[in-house]
Amino acid sequence: MAVKVLIPTPLRPFVGKRNSVELKAGTVGEALGSLTKEFADLRRHLYTEDGRIRSFVNVYLNDEDIRYLDKENTPIKDGDTISIVPSIAGGAGN
Amino acid sequence: MSTQAKVVEGPHLSREEVLRYSRHLIMPEVGMDGQLKLKQARVLMIGVGGLGAPLGLYLAAAGVGHLGLVDFDVVDFTNLQRQVTFSTSDVGRPKLDAAKERLAGLNPFIDIANYETRLTSSNALELFRGYDLVVDGTDNFPTRYLVNDACVLTGKHNVYGSIFRFEGQVSIFGFPDGPCYRCLYPEPPPPGLVPSCAEGGVLGVLPGIVGALQAIEAIKLILGTGDPLIGRLLLFDALAMRFRELKLKKNPDCPMCGTHRTITKLIDYEEFCGIRGEEAAAPATNVPEMTPLELKQRLDRGDDLFVLDVREPHEFQICNLNGYLLPLGDLPRRANELDSSREIVAHCRSGKRSAEAVEFLRKAGFRKVWNLKGGILAWSDEVDPSMPKY
Repeated sequence: MAVKVLIPTPLRPFVGKRNSVELKAGTVGEALGSLTKEFADLRRHLYTEDGRIRSFVNVYLNDEDIRYLDKENTPIKDGDTISIVPSIAGGAGN
Repeated sequence: MSTQAKVVEGPHLSREEVLRYSRHLIMPEVGMDGQLKLKQARVLMIGVGGLGAPLGLYLAAAGVGHLGLVDFDVVDFTNLQRQVTFSTSDVGRPKLDAAKERLAGLNPFIDIANYETRLTSSNALELFRGYDLVVDGTDNFPTRYLVNDACVLTGKHNVYGSIFRFEGQVSIFGFPDGPCYRCLYPEPPPPGLVPSCAEGGVLGVLPGIVGALQAIEAIKLILGTGDPLIGRLLLFDALAMRFRELKLKKNPDCPMCGTHRTITKLIDYEEFCGIRGEEAAAPATNVPEMTPLELKQRLDRGDDLFVLDVREPHEFQICNLNGYLLPLGDLPRRANELDSSREIVAHCRSGKRSAEAVEFLRKAGFRKVWNLKGGILAWSDEVDPSMPKY
């Protein structure tokens, strides 16, 4: 299934500054796996060392948080959009 | 017989206020009732910086009767690119003094209370209890979690806004049936992992938009009108000029506001966010360092030092030490361009990124690498004041 992954500003440096990536996948997990395989630098920002999505990053399929769908097993339909939404705080160095 | 004077009880608007707010009063969505609600409202603003500027100006203009301002910072030149409540003549003054002056000048009919303090676990609860609504205009993760938790514990609604470079987020937390900030983000990013340091920069006008959106939501909550952003995350991308909306659900397992709460009091937020000691965390590494003076002396002596600049190309254009430009993000892929037999001094703007570069190179086997302590900023302070600081 064709899906568009929207890349938030803090993560754009790791995908060659693009704001979205189009790929084909059956589930959200497959899409993110494909994405981090193509852009290896992105992986540590999305996943912990033991392969879980980091808790300060939320992943949405269209406008629904995947935590309340089927998490990474959430199936994708043609034309869906995945949004990666990291927590941001602006301003000061952290 | 004398006519009894009509006693006006309760809140009312003076003739001057009626004139001032006439454009609100003639709208059915506000009207006299709404304007009186605004007059009686008590709103606490955490932060009077980038987000706080438009927020404070529009809440004051709207006639919010009681504004509390919390900040402990001093106006500096780098603020003036976006903190539009301040003037150039305010540089060096406490932000609260300048903000209160500006807001009171805009609207002398409101009360403004200044709290020149850092918001902490020991003062937040008492401070929040005196207000109806809290607007979060802060710039760091520990304070965001503190504001969230204190709002949930005191039952106050929290109008949240945050920004990064060209993007912003707005939502409302703290309603009993709605999510809180921890429902959205149970944990903060460890320091250094998400690239959100001051070196990331921000489009000055972006907090102008996001802060104004927060003001709209605060006013809607006070008036009890429109559809507030409860359970909704508004995302704004200024480059694409696009607004999007995502659904925010209350997490039933949220330790703060869920069915089985485990957090019942405020915690140590610096510890929670992995920052110990000062909030401007120095890199917790023990990489070998060289001061700018030492570097200058050695270069003047003719020593064969390789100066490595790990900043971004656009920073190099602002000012540079004529170093070899290799941005930190490219280092893993391009380290082979460096000669490990030479002495390398790595620098960035303030010494944080270059410390990471030195650590990376040492792990890769480079034995003669130093971090320029304090970066090009320190070089400007200690060696060459003509070097612009940014």
